[in-house]
Amino acid sequence: MKFSVSNTKIDVEAAKQTVADKHCGALVVFEGWIRDHNEGQAVERLEYEVYRPVAEKEGAKIIAEAHERYAISHALCIHREGLLELGECAVIVCVSSAHRDAAFDACRYIIDETKSRLPIWKKEHYVSGISEWVNCEQCAAAGHAHRHP
Amino acid sequence: MNIRVRYFALFREQTGCVSEAVSWSGGSAAELFKMMAAKHPLLKTQAAALVAINDEMCGWETPLNENDEALFFPPVAGG
Repeated sequence: MKFSVSNTKIDVEAAKQTVADKHCGALVVFEGWIRDHNEGQAVERLEYEVYRPVAEKEGAKIIAEAHERYAISHALCIHREGLLELGECAVIVCVSSAHRDAAFDACRYIIDETKSRLPIWKKEHYVSGISEWVNCEQCAAAGHAHRHP
Repeated sequence: MNIRVRYFALFREQTGCVSEAVSWSGGSAAELFKMMAAKHPLLKTQAAALVAINDEMCGWETPLNENDEALFFPPVAGG
């Protein structure tokens, strides 16, 4: 599976090995981690909701597009779902290629498209006890003043 | 025509339901959203919201057919 959703800890070394190739001189890895703050709020933990049927289909399309656009050999993306603690790896992208430029560009393309196209939502639970869906336009407009259940 | 609508994340919380059966005269996904927003006062149009029909991403202008399932996705935030 070039794109997958996981409800368990991502094995970074295993992910890197899946794109290993003796023809490749470059490996670019991007890891997205759970950080302890967002827009001035102290974050306690985070929850990802994923609609797998569409996320897996669109995720596979993104990987295929990266292969069409860039001279890469292998690409892989794994995204977590469920409750994650601070410091955990939420998403990993591994790209290998003969030369580094293509791997850097493709890695950037895959993570950017993953963030903007896949049906994945992130609910941040703050130290203050409030929790909010990230990218909720009403939250932004209200300056984080309203509560979600 | 008869269709189904499913709500995710914020939209599910705003409507208080996961999915519902809808009977309507037909039209685009955008028109369907507008109709459902009239039914659920907390459900608001968001510029970055996305839509899929029968598990395929599509544009808001896409028309629905009998027995289709529309999936309303609030602004996504993967990564």
